[in-house]
Amino acid sequence: MNRKRRKITIPSKYLLLGLTVFCLALMCATFFTDFLATPLSNVAGGVIIPFQSGVSRIGESLSRRKEEVVNIKDVMEKNELLQNKIDQLVMENNSLQQDKYELNHLRELYDLDKQYENYEKIGARVISKDPGNWFSSFVIDKGTKDGIGVDMNVLAGSGLVGRVIEVGDDWAKVLSVINDNSSVSAMVLSTEDNCIVQGNLETMRSGMITFSKLVAKEGEVKEGDKLVTSYISTKYLPGILIGYVTEINPDANHLTNSGYMTPAVDFSHLQQVLVVTTQKNAIGALQEGQQ
Amino acid sequence: MKRNIFLVFAVLVSFVLQTTVGKWIAFGGISPNLLIIVVAASGFMCGPYCGMFAGFGAGLLYDLYYGDLLGYYALIFMYIGYMNGGFKQIFFKEDIKLPLILIMVSDFLYGIVCFVLQFLLRGRFHFPHYMMYVIIPEMVYTVLLTMILYPPLRSITLRLEESRFELN
Repeated sequence: MNRKRRKITIPSKYLLLGLTVFCLALMCATFFTDFLATPLSNVAGGVIIPFQSGVSRIGESLSRRKEEVVNIKDVMEKNELLQNKIDQLVMENNSLQQDKYELNHLRELYDLDKQYENYEKIGARVISKDPGNWFSSFVIDKGTKDGIGVDMNVLAGSGLVGRVIEVGDDWAKVLSVINDNSSVSAMVLSTEDNCIVQGNLETMRSGMITFSKLVAKEGEVKEGDKLVTSYISTKYLPGILIGYVTEINPDANHLTNSGYMTPAVDFSHLQQVLVVTTQKNAIGALQEGQQ
Repeated sequence: MKRNIFLVFAVLVSFVLQTTVGKWIAFGGISPNLLIIVVAASGFMCGPYCGMFAGFGAGLLYDLYYGDLLGYYALIFMYIGYMNGGFKQIFFKEDIKLPLILIMVSDFLYGIVCFVLQFLLRGRFHFPHYMMYVIIPEMVYTVLLTMILYPPLRSITLRLEESRFELN
């Protein structure tokens, strides 16, 4: 039995060479075209995604249980305090509600927010993360079945997380803005100066990413200014908050500025995200159609 | 046969755990590399064939989900598995030093290759930073985890291997 098997087997170094060539061919195939990756990913997605979904749900509930046990005393004390606060806030809320009606009314008059607040959004859960420590893309549990497509923007809270780069039946891969190979066309909200926001693994250690090519007069853009996605971006909807300027330095050419910015989203505790199903190119087509 | 099925299973489980539980047990943003442990271990426990295929499978999984190029991680992991397979001849099941060193070196090499191909070539030249904050922490964490995960992995694999001979 053993002798027979030894006869048919190819020496391992030839097999290694063969597989190496196979890998290189695959790499070339996926680099120049993308015909292979999507159907294969979909097949694999059907097998692994349910497990990942389950395990991450268990992990989530376990870590929540752990926190529950640790914090229960704390929570009981806090509960009383918070109950008092609720009463106070309900009162405040009532008056704010009135203000809100007024605000909405005024906004309608100005016809301002129509375009940006009416984006349709879908909630999704993060089910798995890039296994390595070099990049921070992740997978969510909604896909084409829920109407998600490539290049849709992903938000968490009020800030930009990234965009969908690959999509399967019931999963989608999201490239986050802090990923080292991601860049976003952005603008400073107050001055409408354009710049490029780039993810950076090195500065992310201190919670910041970089921006560059900001054309602005000295002193015009200050620390704490909001950076939002720009009108000229081809993939991102305009006016979504990316983060705040933390440090700005003039470049050696005295024309542009670069520096660091703090993202508005807490990327280390990302669990729920919102996918905007309105797409940038769709908006363009819509407006063209109306004209 | 049983052993091979177990190794396929181990690769799948480690991949699922890595992508889901990885972020829960991350220490300072760095999670350990379970795939390297399984791939390297199947290499030095069962020889170059086994390591090569375990690495190829693990890498291909990684590529399908998170790689930009299909076959890139498959290539890296395959070579790691194959090279570890070369150490089968000096591997004793009672000795834990050799596995620890091999897994440590494997993870270090993996880190270096990732840095050179994905960061250095894009103009990120600050090597000491990536070394201090990504490669070495990941290596240390992976080695620590190896001390916990390797003994059960070894005993199951070797037992299945022995039972194969009994069946023959």
